[in-house]
Parts: sequence; C-alpha cells; structure tokens
Amino acid sequence: MSARRYDAIVIGGGHNGLVAAAYLARAGRRTLVLEKRERVGGAAVTEEIFPGFKFSVFSYVVSLLRPEIIRDLDLPRHGLQILPLESTITPLENGDYLGSWADPDETRRELCRHSPRDADAAAVFGRLMHHMAMAVRPILGMVPPDPGSLSPRDLKGLIELGGHFRALGAEKFHALHKLMTMSSADYLDEWFEFDPLKATKSASGIIGTFLGPRSPGSAYVLLHHYMGEIDGAFRAWGFQKGGTGAISESLASAARSHGAEIRVGAGVERVIVRGGRARGVALASGEELHADHVISGLDPRQTFTRLVQPAELPDDLNRGIARYKFRGSSGKVNLALAGLPDFTCLPGNGPHLRGAVSISPSLEYLERAYDDAKYGEFSRHPYMDIVIPSMIDPGMAPPGKHVMSIFVQYAPYALNGGWSDAKRDAFGDAVVKTLARYAPNIESLILHRQVLTPHDIERITGLSEGNIFQGELALQQLFFLRPVPRWAKYRTPIHGYWQCGAGTHPGGGIMGASGRLAALEILRGTP
Amino acid sequence: MLKTSPFHARTAPLVRAQTWRRWAGYQMASAYDPHPDREVAAIRNAAALIDVSPLYKYRLAGRDAARLIDRMITRDVTKLKIGQVYYTPWCDAHGKVIDDGTVTRLEERVYRLTSADSSLRWLQMNAFGLEVEIEDHSERVGTLALQGPLARAVLTAAADTDVASLPYFRACQTSVRGVPVALSRTGYTGDLGYELWVESARALELWDALVAAGASYGLSPAGVWALDIARIEAGLIMLDVDYYSAHHALIEARKSSPLEINLGWAVSATKGPFNGRAALRAERSRGATWGFVGLEIDWRSFERLHAAHGLPPHVPNVAWRASAPVYADGVQVGYATSGCWSPLLKRLLALAHLRAPYFRPGTPLEIEVTVEHRRERALAAVHALPFYDPERKKS
Repeated sequence: MSARRYDAIVIGGGHNGLVAAAYLARAGRRTLVLEKRERVGGAAVTEEIFPGFKFSVFSYVVSLLRPEIIRDLDLPRHGLQILPLESTITPLENGDYLGSWADPDETRRELCRHSPRDADAAAVFGRLMHHMAMAVRPILGMVPPDPGSLSPRDLKGLIELGGHFRALGAEKFHALHKLMTMSSADYLDEWFEFDPLKATKSASGIIGTFLGPRSPGSAYVLLHHYMGEIDGAFRAWGFQKGGTGAISESLASAARSHGAEIRVGAGVERVIVRGGRARGVALASGEELHADHVISGLDPRQTFTRLVQPAELPDDLNRGIARYKFRGSSGKVNLALAGLPDFTCLPGNGPHLRGAVSISPSLEYLERAYDDAKYGEFSRHPYMDIVIPSMIDPGMAPPGKHVMSIFVQYAPYALNGGWSDAKRDAFGDAVVKTLARYAPNIESLILHRQVLTPHDIERITGLSEGNIFQGELALQQLFFLRPVPRWAKYRTPIHGYWQCGAGTHPGGGIMGASGRLAALEILRGTP
Repeated sequence: MLKTSPFHARTAPLVRAQTWRRWAGYQMASAYDPHPDREVAAIRNAAALIDVSPLYKYRLAGRDAARLIDRMITRDVTKLKIGQVYYTPWCDAHGKVIDDGTVTRLEERVYRLTSADSSLRWLQMNAFGLEVEIEDHSERVGTLALQGPLARAVLTAAADTDVASLPYFRACQTSVRGVPVALSRTGYTGDLGYELWVESARALELWDALVAAGASYGLSPAGVWALDIARIEAGLIMLDVDYYSAHHALIEARKSSPLEINLGWAVSATKGPFNGRAALRAERSRGATWGFVGLEIDWRSFERLHAAHGLPPHVPNVAWRASAPVYADGVQVGYATSGCWSPLLKRLLALAHLRAPYFRPGTPLEIEVTVEHRRERALAAVHALPFYDPERKKS
C-alpha cells in the first residue's frame, strides 16, 4: 500500500490522457499518468521497428489537433513540429493518375484534365463544405448537451446549438441534413462525374468504420477533411517531425512542465471504488495509488467493463456499452525500403512522393473491398492511404533509405476462422501485391515488413477489437450518444470516475479535444 | 536589366511559378514552389540551400585593414581572431546606423566585410590616410547559405576536409568536391547553418555538389519568402524593411541608433575611437528612447476579429513588410515593420519599434490589422527577441 495521494490519476498515456493530464496539472492539480506500455502515446507512437528505420506504427498523420491545445500547452516549445504533406495522387487503372496539389489552381487544372465540369464543381462543393464544417466545428469544442435532460446547463447548450443551426439558413441546414444521412457515394454523385475523384473523396468517409462508400451515414465523415481546412491557417495538418510519437512526447513534456508525473510500464488493474466513489487505482503489480479523481483514457469497453465492475453501474449504461460497436476494420503495413518506389503513372522521384498516394481508383473498387470485409474476409484489393515519411522528414530512415506507411482498409477484426500468422502474412501479401500493380518495383525494395491486423492493434495498444477510434464513428454513437446516451459528458455514474479518449465526444484522430474537455469538466466541478 | 546570380542557371529552372523578386539589383527567387511552406519547413526540419549572392562583399587587405574596420564598426575589431566572424552595425558620426553586416578575419591582415547596401564609397572615405587595399568582390563571389538542422550533415558529406567542428561565427577555407570555398558558420535564419563563398566562375559546380550530397538529407532550395519567415522567427533585422540607412533616410526621424534597433550589445563600451562613439555614449547614459522588439499577436483576439464576419482566421503564407501602428491604451506608441505567421511556432509574430517604456517584455499592446477591409486592433504583447533560438544554432 502506498501513501501517495494525487488529485487526479489518468489511466492510459494516449494523447487524450496526456492532454487531460497537462490541463489538470496546469491548473495546479497533482496529476499522475499511468501507462502500461514502456512508452507514452497509445496509438500515436514512433518506434524503431527495424534498425535505423522509424515508424509511426499506428496513427501516422495529424489533421485535427485542436489549435487551442497547441496554444494553451505551448506544444511547439515541447517539440511539436508539423511538416506540410501537400499532395495526394490517386493512380488509375489505366496508367494515368489524379493529382491534388498544394496550389489550388494547379489542382483545378489537373482535375480539368479528367473532367472540366468537376473542376468547376469542386470549387462550389468546397464552399458548401466549408460552410458545413463551420457549422459543425463549434461542436468539437463543446461538452454535448443532453436533449433528454431538463437541466439548465443542458437547455442552455441546446438552445445555443439550435440558434447556431437556425443561423445557417434553410439551404445549408438541408445540405447538412443530407450530409448527415446519405452515403458518401450518393452525396458525391450529386456533385461529380469523375469516378476516381469520387472514390478518393469518399475514402475519407470509410476510414476506421465498418461501412462502404455506398453505406448510408458515410457521407458526414467527409466533413472531417474540410474541418482540417478551416483550421488551415494554423497549418496543423501534416506530418509530425519524428512521427506521431513525437506529438505524444511533446504532450508528455508539456504535462511534466506543469508538474504532472508520468509512469510507464504501469498497467492499471482496476479502479478502486468504495461507497460509490472512485478512490484510486490498483496496479497490476498490486500497488495502490489514491486520488480524488480517476480519469480513464481507455476505450468505453475497458472503462466500464474491465476497470470497474458492471455491478457498480446502472443497467442502461451496461446495456449501452454492450451494444457499442467497435468492429475494427483497418490494418497497417509498415515497410522499410532500400529506395524509392517507382510509380508507373509518375515515374521516378518527384513531388508526388512527398505527399499521400491513395489507392482508390473507383467507387466500385472501394465497395468491392468492403464486400470482402462484409463477408468476413480482408479485402483482396484494399483501399490504401500511403505516405513515405522519410521523404518529408529525412530523420525517419538512414540516408538514401525510406520508410513507407500504408493504412489499409478493410481488415475485419472478426475474420472468418480468426486471425493467424498465416492470415496476417496473406493480408500483408495482398497489400504489397496491390501496391505492386501501381509501383512494380516495390517488392524488390522491401528490407523489412511489419503487418498489423486489428488483432495486433488490440494486442499491442489495448484498443478493443482493434478499432482505431475507440469505437466506430457512426452517427448512432456520436455527440450526445458517445459512448452512450446520458453519459456523454465525460462523467460516469461513479463519483470521481471520469472518461476521455476517442470513445467520447468528439471522437478519433489525434485531436486531443476529449482530453481537454474532460479536464475542463473536472476543473469546473472542483474549483 | 536586373543582374542574375552566378547560380542562376541552376535556380531558374526550379522557379515553377516564375515568382521572382528584386534584391539589390538582382533577380532572385521568391520561392521555387508556388507557395513557400515546404521551403520554410526545410530550413527548420532538414536543410535549405539559399542563394544570397546579392549581398555586397569587400576584401580589405593591408597594414591598416584592421584600423579601417575599427574606425567604422561599433564592435572592437582588435579582438577579432583569424578565422572569426563578427556580426556588427556601423554608424555615421551621429551614431545612426548606416548598415549591418559581417566582418571576417580571413588572414592576419585580410578581412571580408559584407553589407546589405553598397559600401564602397563609405569604406574609401574612412580609409583616408590609411594603407589598405579595398576590393569590391560583390560580383566576383557567389554566396550560398546552407541552413537547417541537417546542414552539417550535408556539408560533411560534400566537403573535402573535416568541417564538422567549425564553431559558431568562425570561418575557414575548404573545398567542396574540388571547388575551393570560403566557409563560415553564419546565416540569416537563426538555425544551424553555413555560408559558402565561391568564385563566381565555379558557382555551378558548388551548387551541383551540394545538391548531390543533400539528396539523402531532404535538402531543398529555398527562396527569399522562406528566408524572410525564418529571419523574423530569429528576430534578425533587415535594412530598408525594419530600418532605414542613415545615408538614405530623408528625415531625421527615420534614422535609428544601434541601441534603438536591438543592437546595443554590439556597441563596444571600451574600444578606441570609432564613428558615432560620442553620440552612442551619450545615448547609452541617458537611455534609448526607442526599442526594437518582438510582438506576439494574440490568436484568440485575431480569431474573434474574423469570427465577427463569420470567417475563420486567415493568415498569409509569406511575411508582410507594411508598417502597422501599435497602440497602448489607445495611444500610438510605435509601429511594426514586418511580421509573419510562424508555421513552426504556431504564433503570429511581428518586429516592432516601440517608444520607452513600452518595449519591456510582456507589455500589453494593440496592433492594427486589416480584417475584411476594416482596420481593427488585435491584442499583442511584447516578446524579447529572438522568438526562436534552437540549441543547435551554436552547438
């Protein structure tokens, strides 16, 4: 038994846990972060998997890290340095490509090559999406009001939200409603004709979900991209120097600078609850640590079924958590390369290798990739989002060598017959073989290959079912429904026990918003 | 006709959007890409190659070379060792700054002086009665700045001799793949970096050698737009942008003393006679009436001004060089002369001249900004310069 006493203990040193800890420590609270792995970061870690080659093992780009967090915690001073990731190319099956570049005029001319009509439509579409994103953006910084509640604070929040949406005007409100309910394919069909363009745009709507581009509800995720653009002035979209682990390190450094303690290799066994109140945590080692507040940054299943006893919780919450969908659907392949891939559509070295390469040649291609997953198989020809971090940050690989990060969709957690070493290899082979259709020299360059299935993601990070967003970003489990109705305000039914992380509002990505909002809620109640 | 730099044959094909600018009578690249974001990132993340050939360069040699320089500059050149570099301003007889630049002691009695503006006449006037040979090398020598955290790695890979141990503000002679180069650990970015001085005739060979060696280190050519953002982050002042030369200022109010432009540290209190000594001593004892400092513009305030129009905040991706009034309690107390959004620090920065006592760090002020065609005032606070000062600069 330890006599150490803290104001707050954060379970899990993922980026949201670190943000929460930094805000609590900044407000003068004695704060401790407990991370079970030997490094902080959760799914935002950089590891040298192969000697001399560094990988953002899981999460690999930054898009929605909240500007207020960057400012409040002075993250640039602690090592945050986001490098521009300026372009995306989509290699096409006919040997051509579709490019999107840093310069909007250049992008427009490129699109014009494929469809002059779409080139015009893109500008108008961009404006509409700008308005949609502006409409939704305040929600990211808001504790969700509960429409079922009559508390003055909830009512005030709902009235503000209602006023906000009314101010949009009918046209934009209708567009927002469509965006929230349609499939991304249908939504994009209303605007564009060039199929690879629609496919590439819709791909952002399927990442991390168990949906295809033709599944209703996939359209709204398109917004995320444009929300990143609204904060574009801040240039917080891109590739972190040193990989995403360096973001976690910068958050840890900021937290420590305010006096927070961070312990790694300290897995939490359970939250100590006595008299309906959280009193502290018990570590796997048997050590007990006491605190007035315990914040779980783990996913809702861990938070409500492993760390505490369901008997401590109301039935409707238990039922809600049991129904909450994880269904990890993404995998990751990390390659150490002896040289640069040579794309048939754009041979040799060039600016396109400093940006993303999207393997999304058509909507049908993506939908078929989903079909495989729907029936329990990994996609034989998956959607892939590829970056070569060493082209942007030469420190990621030895001089002249490269690292490649391949995000892969779909790889269902519940694979027919279950995942095995052989299945993992077959999945890795499918990825490399698919890429080789567009960059034939890829196989000859591979020095080392790391393949991560949802099972591996779950095993290494603890994310249930390997879902990268701590649960699907689907409409039925967002905003005041995330993770479950009535418990979307970072509180739990256990007094002093709090939740943050991607499994709470506003969801996934290296955003930090839930960590901040949870900390502010705790501070609000305890002056 | 504008002149072209000795590296022009290599740089010109890389300027994709023909974004050129005038710089001291030369046609120089503003940026190679249509937007400078990547070039800015190269300076702080990898390595950038910047053509700074329009700088004026003079070779001063002879028995009285040191006396000439000592008479001119505000620092004590008798303490400058062979292979050492000074950054320094120089003044007129009234202690007002004419220009700023570097002095390098190349040999016992040989020095190189660099300046932003042509300095030949001033050198000759100050050399009256002295035994010193003044040669204008401005066109004979091309200059490349190799700047960024990986600059040393690139140079080590390219140079024929061991240059890795060259300390900050020191210079030496080396060769790069057979091309003789005068090397100095200097620059205008506030980062780890070097400047390489090469005979114009061999400039292209040097460019090619550095580009080849830099391929594995993310070396990127960078233009003046990127350099401008880096120098503001580093708090480095620029002639004709942040201050006027005493030789060109049309009115007295436009002249500045070194104490007024944050260069008081470079005015020796102990050295012998030099231009402006008496005026600067007097000014130091009574205290400067102006200060040159950093301003950080409050982002929330800036965001609010945009939100009032339903707009997200907008910042240009190049530095601005228009004068902006600065206020304290509604009264103008100074003006900012340049500023930028720092993609590195995620802050809005400006360099400003402020009246005493408003230049103390932390002083709350307001700065004029134009938002949606309206002149507004955003909150700002004084920040000591530099804004950014990485350890590697001197390590």
